Amino acid sequence: MEFSELIKTATVENVLLSCAGLPAVKGTLCITSHHLLLSSCPGGDAQPGTLELWLLIRNVDAVEKSVQNFSWYQPPRTNGSPRDTRLAGSSGTITLRCKDLKVLQLEIPGMEECLNIASSIEALSSVDSVMMMYPFFYRPENLKLEEGWHLFPLQQYFQQISSQTSQWRLSDVNQDFTTCPTYPPAVIVPAAVDDDTLRKVARYRQGGRFPVLSYYHPKNGTALLRSSQPLTGPNRKRCQEDELLLGTVLRQGERGFVIDTRSAQAAKQARMTGGGTEPKSSYPQWRRLHRPLERGRPLQESFTKLVEACNDTSISMDRWLSRLESCRWLSHVKAALSTACLAAQCLDREEASALVHGAEGTDTTLLVTALAQLILEPSCRTLTGFQGLLEREWIQAGHPFHLRCARSACSHARLKQEAPLFLLFLDCVWQLSRQFPFSLEFSERLLLTLFDNAYASAYGTFLCNNEKERCLCKVKENTHSLWAWLNQPGEKKKYLNPLYSPNTLVIWPSVEPQSIQLWQGLFFRWIRSSQYLDEAWAEIQQLVDPNESPVKESRGNRLSRTPSSPAAPMENKN
Amino acid sequence: MSCGYPKREVENVRLLDRLSSRKAALGTLYLTATHVIFVENGSETRKETWVLHSQISSIEKQATTASGCPLLIRCKNFQVIQLVIPQERDCHDVYISLIRLARPVKYEELYCFSFNPKLDKEEREQGWKLVDLNEEYNRMGIPNNYWQISDVNRDYGVCDSYPTEVYVPKSATAHIIVGSSKFRSRRRFPALSYYCKDNNASICRSSQPLSGFSARCLEDEQMLQAIRKANPGSDFLYVVDTRPKLNAMANRAAGKGYENEDNYSNIKFQFIGIENIHVMRNSLQKMLEVCELKSPSMSDFLWGLENSGWLKHIKAIMDAGIFIAKVLIEKDWVSFGHKFNHRYGNLDGDPKEISPVIDQFIECVWQLTEQFPCAFEFNERFLIHIQHHVYSCQFGNFLCNSQKERRELKIQERTYSLWAYLWKNRADYLNPLYRSENSQTQGTLCPQTAPCNFLYKFWSGMYNRFEKGLHPRQSVTDYLMAVKEETQQLEEELEVLRERLVNLQKSQLNYNKVKKTKQQDRSKQLGLSTSNNSLANTPQEYSNDLKSFPSRSPSQGDEEDSALILTQDNLKSSDLDLSANSDQESGVEDLSCRSPSGGGCLPSEDSGKDSDEAVFLTV
Repeated sequence: MEFSELIKTATVENVLLSCAGLPAVKGTLCITSHHLLLSSCPGGDAQPGTLELWLLIRNVDAVEKSVQNFSWYQPPRTNGSPRDTRLAGSSGTITLRCKDLKVLQLEIPGMEECLNIASSIEALSSVDSVMMMYPFFYRPENLKLEEGWHLFPLQQYFQQISSQTSQWRLSDVNQDFTTCPTYPPAVIVPAAVDDDTLRKVARYRQGGRFPVLSYYHPKNGTALLRSSQPLTGPNRKRCQEDELLLGTVLRQGERGFVIDTRSAQAAKQARMTGGGTEPKSSYPQWRRLHRPLERGRPLQESFTKLVEACNDTSISMDRWLSRLESCRWLSHVKAALSTACLAAQCLDREEASALVHGAEGTDTTLLVTALAQLILEPSCRTLTGFQGLLEREWIQAGHPFHLRCARSACSHARLKQEAPLFLLFLDCVWQLSRQFPFSLEFSERLLLTLFDNAYASAYGTFLCNNEKERCLCKVKENTHSLWAWLNQPGEKKKYLNPLYSPNTLVIWPSVEPQSIQLWQGLFFRWIRSSQYLDEAWAEIQQLVDPNESPVKESRGNRLSRTPSSPAAPMENKN
Repeated sequence: MSCGYPKREVENVRLLDRLSSRKAALGTLYLTATHVIFVENGSETRKETWVLHSQISSIEKQATTASGCPLLIRCKNFQVIQLVIPQERDCHDVYISLIRLARPVKYEELYCFSFNPKLDKEEREQGWKLVDLNEEYNRMGIPNNYWQISDVNRDYGVCDSYPTEVYVPKSATAHIIVGSSKFRSRRRFPALSYYCKDNNASICRSSQPLSGFSARCLEDEQMLQAIRKANPGSDFLYVVDTRPKLNAMANRAAGKGYENEDNYSNIKFQFIGIENIHVMRNSLQKMLEVCELKSPSMSDFLWGLENSGWLKHIKAIMDAGIFIAKVLIEKDWVSFGHKFNHRYGNLDGDPKEISPVIDQFIECVWQLTEQFPCAFEFNERFLIHIQHHVYSCQFGNFLCNSQKERRELKIQERTYSLWAYLWKNRADYLNPLYRSENSQTQGTLCPQTAPCNFLYKFWSGMYNRFEKGLHPRQSVTDYLMAVKEETQQLEEELEVLRERLVNLQKSQLNYNKVKKTKQQDRSKQLGLSTSNNSLANTPQEYSNDLKSFPSRSPSQGDEEDSALILTQDNLKSSDLDLSANSDQESGVEDLSCRSPSGGGCLPSEDSGKDSDEAVFLTV
């Protein structure tokens, strides 16, 4: 195995581990193919052999070596005493910035060991091959490999729709991923359109992402569709089949909305590179609305800046708000929520179907369609329903998790295609949960766990970019599903919202700036103690369900989130 | 009420909604001796919006448009009412009347003198006795060997803004006190504010010394010495000046200033940069303008909020509090009784002078409740209602500038006490998470300071309180209170059943079963209250583009929802006056106390009493 080649030094004694707000611990550091472990020294104050750290190396976003130590290590000048050199060269500090935003410091005795450890972690954390990742090696005793992979078949979702309307059908035109490499094998399309037509439409849409049904609104029979941009190009090319497909969605005289997640200007410019948007003349029943949403690099930079600002202890109150503003993150949250509300409003209030797309249709498009469903559809707000929504609208819909979540906010590596769209989605869901504290069955903790697992995980759920890649890598055969683990009775209850009470109505959030808050539970998770808020939650749980043993449970809850236990490994469960 | 109101009733007035221009309501406007009332036409629920004249902070007549003459009423409780009156003449009449009504000349015109909650004399007296200053001091363990009540201020002879009874160190003679008072602004000599019996530490307060550049006062130096000695365990005394240093230095030119460390033995001097009330008032006003922006972007809002400096000031005050509290303060003061008195002892009634100070104090307490959700016995509504009543003048508590004035006006005989009123409805104000034995309730709260700027949040519950659309649609507090009540009832029932069970000695009856079914019942009953809450929601205008598009059923949906909103609110509120005001659909833009702001930011001679107060600490 090549892992061993990457590990230059496997164990070091007397390493001092520190993490903000915690007493430092000394112990033996050990690097394995996928983990960084630290067990405290026997004979010290701590219990002998206690595991203090269990860190998935994939979770490491950036490795920083303390430069000072190295500069001291330079050969002594003529007047430098040899004692200085020995002292200085005898240790180094490594700062690990993790993808889940926690920061760890390791003080390692021995210059060479320090360098070796740092480069080993760097090498191991940048292994890019999916099949080399931990989920392919992780085998918990209490779970079966096949469990959780087929919990949310599209067939089942389609059955609900077909019981109410015959307007839609399930198509397996993409069975072998030839029509669209980023779609799942099965998709829901208008019943009146045959597979041949779909293949032609696919050639007119970027990446073959032809319009498919994302959500059927049972209240009035309107539909939310998604696709990628049409390939009109500079010559305003048209596609009869595409016009036909969208035409069949609307009845005679009905109107629909195309929500383009780019500005009108950007959509126009896309024609130069072969893309474009639906011209009014060819789609007379559809009205186009442009709602520019940031994606790609600007979004990633926004995330990075925000994390920097949150970690900046020198900033004073009179500068904090403008710093927060300059990060732009909350503006992105507001824009995403507003656009999702607009889509939901089209369906519920205007009683009109809507098609959402940007350029590729794999990023902001999914952000909008998934959020709109959460706003409209009560069944998406349960723990299981939410998992189904994620599976359908993010994972199977082909959001490129592998590319987008390769690096988190602290990485110094050159950015490729990283962008925190999924985090933005989770943040918006958190905003909803704050405005409607009873309406979501799951708690903040689920959102945090999803964030962690999207960036580094022991489970295969968020691996790869689309279903085709997952098939090629045999992800479903060789890794465990996150859902299987989450849905174990003991685990599941940790993610439930004690205040949940089903709400059958549409939940319209406020998108005024006063209502949008910074998600402290995520961005300050490792920076400040959440003790008092945890106590409040324990109290709430106690009030709502006095028969449970909530205090203990919720402490377990939070310990893994608070810096008091950077260990709390989920792999350590067995 | 016989004359003076040329127009008492205007028909066909429109009440606008800031968040949604579609939701203007048509109705009739009434002016009474105490309230402005807007009654919506044709609504079965008879939606009414009541505004007390004393709440009105400013009235603005805007340029007449085709649809009528707009009138903007801004209230001190941050409600903003935007009316459109068809006739210019009517509008002018209303405007003139309101200006007169909103600024009564005599105390007797205030609402509290006519407000009658139908309590008999005894109950009224009871209400005023609810908070007794002396009892509070007794609780702190005073008088004791070091501190005593002094009657030096009887008949308000020394300081007319202090109460007649003040607590001072035993070793401070009348001569020293009087001497010291002459050396202090408005003769507010150092007097005890808080005493911690565990470690003898104390907080005293006073106004600035009239030191100028070099003046000294032997008695004042002796007074501080006496305070220091009142804590035998301490070698020195902190003097905390709440002003920015620049302001204090500027005041020296006017013959005032701050204590010279050379002249006072064993004091440590500390400036805490809390700006004066003029700066604060401007800051509040700026923040309210931000709240009033029409569909601001996230950036507009954050920039505006920062430029207003409001949260910065809040943090400065909190830091000052933390600095002082580091030395002492056990946490008792946050429970009901003490807070009342805190207010009672410290605050003046003139809203113009004091306004931002009380608002800031209330907000600081709120910021603390956000950080320590289990530590306070009261909830957010309690704070909001106090803020409301500071300006409502419905109760006598916040009238006048001093005990002296209050006595002269016979406030206690002629008006009612807010505390009695709040106490009566205390169930509404309780924090369901409060546990007296909780760790957060034990001892001093240690709010996080230095890098935790993000902890200070914009309080939309207060400053946008009339825009229900902005707030969480479901109240966790109310839900938990309901759960708590239910649980209690069920437990009592359970107890009865259990007793019966024992009596019957029927071993096969499974007690668990009873418990289980009972619980299901409970969730059923609770379902009602929560679903009511969750219904209260309508979409905002997420898109301007959609307006031009024929909308198929907007009104139908809206009506259905708004009716529900009203019921929900009526269900919840037991506060008569507030429920009248909390008409959710009443439009209301935003809030601004747009008082003609006098005084710039420069430290001026009369830089407000609140900020020339110094605080003394013995450690």
